[in-house]
Amino acid sequence: MQQAMTAAKQTPLAPVPRREEAEEVFLTLTVAGQLCGVPVRAVRDVLGAQAITRIPLAPQEVAGSLNLRGRIVTAIDLRRRLGLPPREAGGAIGAGAMSVVVERDGELYSLLADAVGDVLPLPPGDRAPNPPTLDLLWRDVSRGVHRLGEQLLILLDVEQVLAIGA
Amino acid sequence: MDDLLADFLTETSEGLVALDAALVRLERVPEDAATLSEVFRIVHTIKGTCGFLGLPRLEHVAHAAENVLGRYRDGTRPVTQQGISLILAALDRIRAIVTGLETTGAEPAGDDAPLTARLDAEAEGHAAPPPAARPPAAPASVAQAHAAVAEPEAELPVGSPGGEPGADPGGAATGGNAPPQTIRVSVDVLEDLMMLVSELVLTRNQLLQLARSQGDNAFAVPLQRLSHITTDLQEGVMKTRMQPIGNAWAKLPRLVRDLGVELGKKITLEMRGADTELDRQVLELIKDPLTHMVRNSGDHGLERPADRVAAGKPEAGRILLNARHEGGHILIEIGDDGRGLSVEKIRQKVLAQGLATEAELAGMPERDIHRFIFRPGFSTAAAVTAVSGRGVGMDVVKTNMERIGGTIDIRSREGHGTTFIIKIPLTLAIVSALIVEAGGERFAIPQIGVVELVRVGGEGTAQIERIKDAAVLRLRDRLLPLVNLAGVLQLDSKAADGSGFVVVTQVGGHIFGIIVDRVFDTEEIVVKPVAPILRHVTMFGGNTILGDGSVIMILDANGIARACGLGAEAGEAEPERDAGRPAHLLRSDATTALLLFHAGEGAPKAVPLGLVARLEDVERERIEVAGGRPLVQYRGQLMPLVPLSGHWDADSMPARQPVLVFSDGDRAMGLMVDSILDVVEERLVVDGAGERAGYLGSIVVAGKVTELLDTAWWLRQAGEDWFGPAASKPVGEARRVLLVEDSAFFRNLVVPALGAAGYVVTAVADAAEALRLRDAGAGFDAILSDITMPGMDGFALARALRAEGSWRDLPLVALTGRAGPEDVERGREAGFTDYVPKFDRAALLDSLAQCLGVPVGS
Repeated sequence: MQQAMTAAKQTPLAPVPRREEAEEVFLTLTVAGQLCGVPVRAVRDVLGAQAITRIPLAPQEVAGSLNLRGRIVTAIDLRRRLGLPPREAGGAIGAGAMSVVVERDGELYSLLADAVGDVLPLPPGDRAPNPPTLDLLWRDVSRGVHRLGEQLLILLDVEQVLAIGA
Repeated sequence: MDDLLADFLTETSEGLVALDAALVRLERVPEDAATLSEVFRIVHTIKGTCGFLGLPRLEHVAHAAENVLGRYRDGTRPVTQQGISLILAALDRIRAIVTGLETTGAEPAGDDAPLTARLDAEAEGHAAPPPAARPPAAPASVAQAHAAVAEPEAELPVGSPGGEPGADPGGAATGGNAPPQTIRVSVDVLEDLMMLVSELVLTRNQLLQLARSQGDNAFAVPLQRLSHITTDLQEGVMKTRMQPIGNAWAKLPRLVRDLGVELGKKITLEMRGADTELDRQVLELIKDPLTHMVRNSGDHGLERPADRVAAGKPEAGRILLNARHEGGHILIEIGDDGRGLSVEKIRQKVLAQGLATEAELAGMPERDIHRFIFRPGFSTAAAVTAVSGRGVGMDVVKTNMERIGGTIDIRSREGHGTTFIIKIPLTLAIVSALIVEAGGERFAIPQIGVVELVRVGGEGTAQIERIKDAAVLRLRDRLLPLVNLAGVLQLDSKAADGSGFVVVTQVGGHIFGIIVDRVFDTEEIVVKPVAPILRHVTMFGGNTILGDGSVIMILDANGIARACGLGAEAGEAEPERDAGRPAHLLRSDATTALLLFHAGEGAPKAVPLGLVARLEDVERERIEVAGGRPLVQYRGQLMPLVPLSGHWDADSMPARQPVLVFSDGDRAMGLMVDSILDVVEERLVVDGAGERAGYLGSIVVAGKVTELLDTAWWLRQAGEDWFGPAASKPVGEARRVLLVEDSAFFRNLVVPALGAAGYVVTAVADAAEALRLRDAGAGFDAILSDITMPGMDGFALARALRAEGSWRDLPLVALTGRAGPEDVERGREAGFTDYVPKFDRAALLDSLAQCLGVPVGS
């Protein structure tokens, strides 16, 4: 409904890209108190806490692998990926975390987050670029910052998040 | 019907259908190059295939049609309706012949000359108007008339080929309508199906496991049914990929026949179970190894007819191939009734290559000795024949079999023949694996590499022992290197030496044990590749989902062996290896076979294997004491025994005392050690630091510090007269020998050895020093020189000595680890009189005696 109205308001010139941008919808998730967003289009599934098999010798960002309806999904611990402190001292990595399953090159990956929030449309016009002082690690995986009420939301670049050990 | 022919017919029928449509299209749009190319290609394919299959009628017709199409394609002739009609007529003829082929399996008789002549004429150009240009067509005027009537029409009447003289009368009736017995399905579709079924099997296993834990419930019965259907489906899909093994054997009769002619042997080939089916992927992979083994049997296994008759066997040798299913595997036997493997020959070769010691061999069952032929570079054939022995040995066959998860074994009786037994899985997609636990995680180990399971650490079970930090297990008198799985995977291991299991695993020629905490059961698993971001972890061959729904990593035994440095030097076959030469000569001349053993305190000890004459186990009762020193009667002599630990106590002796025997002529001395560990090939980099009496220094063997024995020092402990020239046979007669050798280690070995033989030896460390001695006027009777030395090497020294000076005519012997024919040749060119391998003391003494007896230059 809202989309239709937005579309109607568009000028006839170049409506296609505008609409696409306007439609960009994000799934919000929380990692160690930090609000993040991933494009809904990239998300295949959201799962509750899963049994995760540890993978020895894997990069430290890899929490392990889990079974999603017969497919093996590699779990990436977003806390470790973003250089944030582990969930609880001594606790198993990824324990009790939510899985946001994304696909890249036909392979499924799960991004482990502490909590998954709403699905929100975030107009690109409101997006602020990464502050130049942002941690280098974060600058690589962030496509920009949105203000969301009291909080700041980091837009995660899924491709970059998955670029581990490359 | 022949498989090839059936394929051809299927293909041709498809081609003809496509052609009809394409030709009609072409007629409408004559300039369409794409259609023209397509038509040309199909006709060309038909022509090519029937030429190959020996179908002359089809070939001629297709050839003529192709010619015309070729002209059209090149643009040298315009596409005309007449021409298209002609081509369609040719296609109908082809179809008629194909129909005949389908029903009778042979080309029906018939005369295609009129048709081909008209096609040829069309190809030549301006052919349609002048009928005179077709003299060969004259007898077939009926056909001409027939065709001429038909020409104005877009399509030739279908009845036309049927009306041709000689065409199969029944053909027209059934032509093109015969339902095909087979359809062609792309391999990709089958692969996809197979994958889906694999997934289904996994899900089924999961459901079954759930149902088991729930006790009996309403799902049990339908689940049972689902399980059966899944199994049937799995078998059905697997069957679509199955091919009879006979396909891989098809070329063998011819090969065996040629082999017999070439070798002058009479060979009969018997094939049983040719219809045993296996996965086409597996079939492709075993084709070459099988061929190689049959060739081997004919060449090495079977004797010449005369020898066979003499041995009371029928003149014709027999090679038997036998395939059968056995519990999810295929067993293939390749046997011959030839001479069998000579245990003695293998034994000698094993000793010569330093693969095992005589003591080890003595304790080995015949079967294990036979298995040495699977080692890289090992061939018992005395001569390299044109047929086999081209550097592809049984090791390559073994490696190939293992690559597909198969095993190979051998059964041989000398004089009665040899049989190889190959066991391969039916398919590669689903494997059976052992589920184990280490460091709190579960892993799957594919069962094919697992030799046995040994319980360790409990009451009355085997114990893991340690040599410094390396864990080993003594398993039936063999020393098994152990790898702690938790350690390799950097997992926290539980209690360090608690009870556990050792999974004895074979990778290539290496057997090692993997220490795990627990062993669950075996499970059928589907190997799935790991995610790309984990590919660098070579320890895993894949991952899978178990029946309980959990994900588990599949261990790759090869990866583990590599990560631990096991099997790095000899496990993989090296195809480029020159089989004509024994393996030990091919290795870098800096590596030396070392005997590793334990004695006294501290690190393991090592001694060059070449210096040790024998290994003996001496019973405690046989050891006597004279003058406070232990002795043993050995081969009719008294042999002094020297304890390596420095002290000797008759009471603390084991029941059987391992002894390294060093001998020289008729004298021998024994060095008492605690236990013999292994023989390794190692680069000798001696570190003199921490040198103490009796040791030359330390070296690193397999990552561990090992003390290198100073043999000369220990020999002196055995008695004063060991090196006393007076007591020795006067071979040397105080001849003076100069030794040029950069390695202190070798100087220490050679000097006492020559001294013991009565030579007066002067040793220098490099060529420059030797030349200085010459210029200073020193006199010698012979010169021994190393080849690889820093600065001026042995060849350069030889050339310098031969060029000028007082030593021009002295015998010059090269001492080296490399003694291949070309090395010897190179040495001779440089001026060496002889070439002697390092450590071969007997050869060195022989050579010196010979050189000094026969002065060079005469």
